Amino acid sequence: MTNYFKLIVLGLITLLAMIAANFARDLAYMVNALTIMLVAGGLFLWTVRKTGEPVKKVDLSGEYMDGVVRYGVVATALWGVVGFAAGTFIAFQLAFPALNFEWAQGYMNFARLRPLHTSAVIFAFGGNALIATSFYVVQRTSATRLWGGNLAWFVFWGYNLFIVLAATGYILGATQSKEYAEPEWYVDWWLTIVWVCYLAVFLGTIIKRKEPHIYVANWFYLSFIVTVAMLHVVNNLAIPVSIFGSKSVQVFAGVQDAMTQWWYGHNAVGFFLTAGFLGMMYYFIPKQAEKPVYSYKLSIIHFWALIFIYIWAGPHHLHYTALPDWASTLGMVFSVVLWMPSWGGMINGLMTLSGAWDKLRTDPVIRMMVIAVGFYGMSTFEGPMMSIRAVNSLSHYTDWTIGHVHSGALGWNGMITFGALYFLVPKLWNRERLYSLSMVSWHFWLATIGIVLYAAAMWVTGIMEGLMWREVDANGFLVNSFADTVAAKFPMYVVRGLGGVLYISGAIIMCINLYLTVRKAPAVEATNQLVPAE
Amino acid sequence: MSKDLKEKYGTTGHSWDGIEELNTPMPRWWLWTFYACIFWAVLYTIAFPAWPLITGATPGVLGFSTRGEVAEEIAAVEQANMQINQQLASVELTSIAGDPELNQYAVSAGAAVFKTWCAQCHGSGAAGAVGYPNLLDDDWLWGGDIEAIHTTVTHGIRNDTDPDARYSQMPAFGTDDLLEDAQIDAVVNYVMSLSGEPQDAGLVSEGAEVFAENCASCHMEDGTGDREQGAPNLTDAIWLYGGDYATLKETVEKARFGVMPNWNSRLTEAQIRAVATYVHQLGGGE
Repeated sequence: MTNYFKLIVLGLITLLAMIAANFARDLAYMVNALTIMLVAGGLFLWTVRKTGEPVKKVDLSGEYMDGVVRYGVVATALWGVVGFAAGTFIAFQLAFPALNFEWAQGYMNFARLRPLHTSAVIFAFGGNALIATSFYVVQRTSATRLWGGNLAWFVFWGYNLFIVLAATGYILGATQSKEYAEPEWYVDWWLTIVWVCYLAVFLGTIIKRKEPHIYVANWFYLSFIVTVAMLHVVNNLAIPVSIFGSKSVQVFAGVQDAMTQWWYGHNAVGFFLTAGFLGMMYYFIPKQAEKPVYSYKLSIIHFWALIFIYIWAGPHHLHYTALPDWASTLGMVFSVVLWMPSWGGMINGLMTLSGAWDKLRTDPVIRMMVIAVGFYGMSTFEGPMMSIRAVNSLSHYTDWTIGHVHSGALGWNGMITFGALYFLVPKLWNRERLYSLSMVSWHFWLATIGIVLYAAAMWVTGIMEGLMWREVDANGFLVNSFADTVAAKFPMYVVRGLGGVLYISGAIIMCINLYLTVRKAPAVEATNQLVPAE
Repeated sequence: MSKDLKEKYGTTGHSWDGIEELNTPMPRWWLWTFYACIFWAVLYTIAFPAWPLITGATPGVLGFSTRGEVAEEIAAVEQANMQINQQLASVELTSIAGDPELNQYAVSAGAAVFKTWCAQCHGSGAAGAVGYPNLLDDDWLWGGDIEAIHTTVTHGIRNDTDPDARYSQMPAFGTDDLLEDAQIDAVVNYVMSLSGEPQDAGLVSEGAEVFAENCASCHMEDGTGDREQGAPNLTDAIWLYGGDYATLKETVEKARFGVMPNWNSRLTEAQIRAVATYVHQLGGGE
């Protein structure tokens, strides 16, 4: 019966996508409509073939739902490599503009690939990591199977369809021109549907948990899911120019639009890249270290302080702009107050290792997680510092910002995700251990040296750039032209690109290692049975 | 140490998938730094504009504003430069170079203007690019003395916004069917012979005739050009668009129409004089 309902819905979607492709006013919209048509049509055929077949009833309620997590792990690793490759390529495009090839103008030039890179690493790599780990963690710490049956599969595939639609749209020129919120209106609508389902699966699982209390990791995951839903909806309020075209018009204008955008942008960092990944940290570090979490009190205070304060810090992206001074001041003071709540997570992560510091020598996975927390601490100090108006007047619009973002993204988000993947793959594929620990060590050092090259290059070039922009002579006249500052940055741009090469090399080694773990590492018995701890 | 912590503080009594939480109190340094930040934040929001009210926001007891700060800095610089700036705007153009103090001021002010407004086309080193003249050499289209440069910067070239803009236009000999293809071929070879090797020496004498009839009125009989009309000198091997056969042919066929804005609409007289002085002293000034 449900199959017939599915067939009607899928058939309708296929038909509507065909009509949309036919009437499309621009190439991006047409390609996206055709993509949807193919996906819905394929699912239609697949459902037709299944319909009428006898369904084997298997009771899975005693097992964790790990299939979707396995897919998520694979997607995370693959999107990671794609995102790092795009980033490394555009880093070299900045150093050597000839790489903006003549024949690829309008598709592969820096401006088209840059949102592809940021979305691939934040939303494709980071998002898949968050969805996969949150599904894994919430089941283990609630001792129950995911709520909603196949809804979790819908979340996984729906989210990855969102990524494909967004990415092809960028290349073909569909963009709202809002940083980290580039996808156009219909892609935003789709993500909203997927995200609400994600919230339902996660919340449903927490509600039917078998443990009396909700584990701290799940607070962070839940705050991430709820807040991202709110941010996404408000920042993407837009009216389409035509239902058959990708272009839309924002409902906010001028400084209100800018403020909404950076309220969104900063909390994308705060809730997507901080709260969500802290959820990851709170599960995988104690598991890998086999130690209790350092302080429950610290976790609860820093959780509430973090989520309360983060949401106010956005205006620090708009110092010295049309934004009124009062808003700029509030953004700055909340950012500075945010310093300790952010560090609460670092303390809890690092101190969980007390008594197990020797593992840093013997276990490269722990080493990876610890350096992630280290970079987290560094960038959550650097952020409040850069939000101070006087510092910002030097750092704003320079590469220092890019360096700051990457010490957070490569150091914290990347490394903690790598650690989680190394933890998850043997568990999910029932392997005794990873294929090779020395490959993990190689990955660790390549990534770490890559980040150091990247961050150091960007500090140097950012501060140099800021100083050159403001340099005046004895009469108060500017000394440098903009092109002078660009020319001066060249050597650092090359170093930054090399840092990217090292980082992606490490990630490729990881992919090989994980693949060989699944293929070659000795098997053990499955451990996906539900076991309440209390 | 962990064992000590566990013995000392105990756990919360729960366990999730084997993870326990210790009852360790919050680190004191952490808590006090957090309090200190909050305390500082309160003081800061009293001192600076911060809290939104119904029709405005608290102005802060220090009376700070970012715009006010910038305006003060600009006013201070303008105040310091006021006298010399007035002098720059009013003296005879030709006398600027003779006054070391004024000249130094004009050159540094002009460099800032140049790097902000002119570098986009002429390059930050003023060496130009294809279609944008090099300002470092002594080959001038419209004249290279300080007054000519000043006029060019003030009114611009071939723009619709200033009736005094310098204006001239070469005919498009090919697209407007003024010359046969063979004639264009010949005249290009003749022009190439003026400063070097023609592509086809046999066409030079034929080209000379075409040149005399069609080109000499602006570029002069000997090809040295005419600054009154902005007609370039064709004998000096310096080319704005390129001196190879294909580029010259395109120039003769389709003509060129380089433009420059009239800067009197965006810059002050003192700024225009400053940038003219700067360009004049780059090397080719007359």
